Amino acid sequence: MQGTITLKRRPRLCMGAAIAGKKEGEGPLGGGFDQVIEDDLFGEESWEKAECRFFYTAADTCIRKAGLTHRQVDVMLGGDLLNQITSASMAARELKIPFLGLYGACSTMAESLCIGAMLVDAGHVRTALCAASSHFCSAERQYRFPLEYGNQRTPTAQWTVTGCGASLLSSDERLPAIARCTHVTIGRVTDLGIADANNMGAAMAPAAADTLARHFADTGRSAGDYDLIVTGDLGQVGHDILLELMRQRGTPLAKDKYVDCGLLVFSPDQDVHAGGSGCGCSAIVLNSHIMERLRKGEIHRVLFMATGALLSTTTSQQGETIPGIAHAIVLEGEQPCSGA
Amino acid sequence: MLWSLTKAFLVGGAICTIGQVLVLKTKVTPARILVGYIVTGVILSALGLYGPLAEFAGAGATVPLTGFGHALTNGVKKAVQEIGFMGAFTGGLTSTAAGIAAAVFFGAITALVFKPRPK
Amino acid sequence: MFDKNAKPSPRRQDQLDRYKRLVERMSPNSQMGKGLLRAYWLGGAICAFGQFLQEAGKMWLGMNNTAAGTFCSTVLVFLTALLTGIGVWDRIGQYAGAGAFVPITGFANAVVSPAIEFRREGLVLGLGAKLFTIAGPVLVWGVSASVIVGIIYAIWPW
Repeated sequence: MQGTITLKRRPRLCMGAAIAGKKEGEGPLGGGFDQVIEDDLFGEESWEKAECRFFYTAADTCIRKAGLTHRQVDVMLGGDLLNQITSASMAARELKIPFLGLYGACSTMAESLCIGAMLVDAGHVRTALCAASSHFCSAERQYRFPLEYGNQRTPTAQWTVTGCGASLLSSDERLPAIARCTHVTIGRVTDLGIADANNMGAAMAPAAADTLARHFADTGRSAGDYDLIVTGDLGQVGHDILLELMRQRGTPLAKDKYVDCGLLVFSPDQDVHAGGSGCGCSAIVLNSHIMERLRKGEIHRVLFMATGALLSTTTSQQGETIPGIAHAIVLEGEQPCSGA
Repeated sequence: MLWSLTKAFLVGGAICTIGQVLVLKTKVTPARILVGYIVTGVILSALGLYGPLAEFAGAGATVPLTGFGHALTNGVKKAVQEIGFMGAFTGGLTSTAAGIAAAVFFGAITALVFKPRPK
Repeated sequence: MFDKNAKPSPRRQDQLDRYKRLVERMSPNSQMGKGLLRAYWLGGAICAFGQFLQEAGKMWLGMNNTAAGTFCSTVLVFLTALLTGIGVWDRIGQYAGAGAFVPITGFANAVVSPAIEFRREGLVLGLGAKLFTIAGPVLVWGVSASVIVGIIYAIWPW
């Protein structure tokens, strides 16, 4: 098989920061975020500027929590959902950290972690910052309809998360470590003919199954070797489909050891239909809830896999089906597992 | 008046419900449904089928978008009777001018007064 | 992929078909009965209110039929614009679906909502240019169809 890289030097995941919007703050994970921004505009003049500020704030918070200055970060990797990933690049304009912009749709958090971990592992950089953001309002107007338009959401539709998560990776022994990055598995673009942009979970689930299968084959591991397998934003539909696809492949996932960030971030009574989505979804859940559990030693070995739907409004209108992708990274907590 | 309101309610509701069946049963987007409605209104009206319905149900037939199509056809026919061939180009928009102008005007004003707000 | 006439191999086609069935099985369906009921009552209510406006115009404001019809659509458009502006209409639309977008209120909402949303890109290229992004197709095809009807009518009046 192909796509899995073993990180021999086990780069350290030192710190995470999550800045979330109001609705996310009201969700089940609300207490764990570094900051909940009640104003969707974040004091700015437009949704795009607000998202940029989410990005900047998350990056800045993460660096400061680690006790570093902006100049001590060698590279920043990240992106968002907007055209030409402007939120990330305009935040990078202010941060003045060498910047590689990434577009992996909602898989961006995992994509940035994979590349960052490889750069640190290879010794090219000492410290890398990885981040991804999304904003409900800016995504809605770009991909769907104006906010005031009275359209009906279908039951399979998902709710774009407003927020940004940032993680700091480093080889510096002096920095604290929450976890070590041990393997990355790079996703293949997979498309099983889903064209319905209101059912992203179904479009992305085959890519997740493909990445998982290759990861297991390459590492000789099985789902049982992980305390937790985390997907990005498959939502209820994609979550159920992935369980079914893995069962069909003969490598079933245990239901209690598989979670989806899109289902964790909102509670069902928040009227989000199939769950949360967007780059920010997996980013804020990883950098608050998952990292906290790693830090406490409740879980030890985690496979974090964010999925992305690589469509645009143009390809959608031209009738193209939706290509999906999923990147995975293995995180091993520094704390010995207290649970099992 | 009560009877005319009832007629409008029953017929208008039925026309909307057909649209909702399309929303729920097919993957047709609302924008396509609306285009389908207005073109259907134009055609039904040209075939002389929509006039009697509008006669019976009043606003129940004219307020839905099919009624917009009906007004387009009526306007075109009237203009052709009055000024001949060129009426085919003037009649439609003349008879629907109020709705369109109101939407444009109030749209512009609303956009100047209100700000977009999160859900 | 780039050969237009190429069909997926039987094996691939089988995989696509099986996945399509799996997705249909796993995806929740909209609740039919509830959705239809909501569309019926709200759509009907909007039309009945329109009828009331027409009758009121004729009875109390001394309007003729044409003026009353214009009065009805203008008031409905105005109220929708207002409800859209204060952020209520999107909830009504979510609730009633076609019951809200099939009447002229839906046309008004489709014009007003992009005007508000794209105001930030400026008065000309934002508000002005984007005003008809959603409602434009309705006018394009409605007016085109009516012109065709008019031409036919001019040649063979019936």
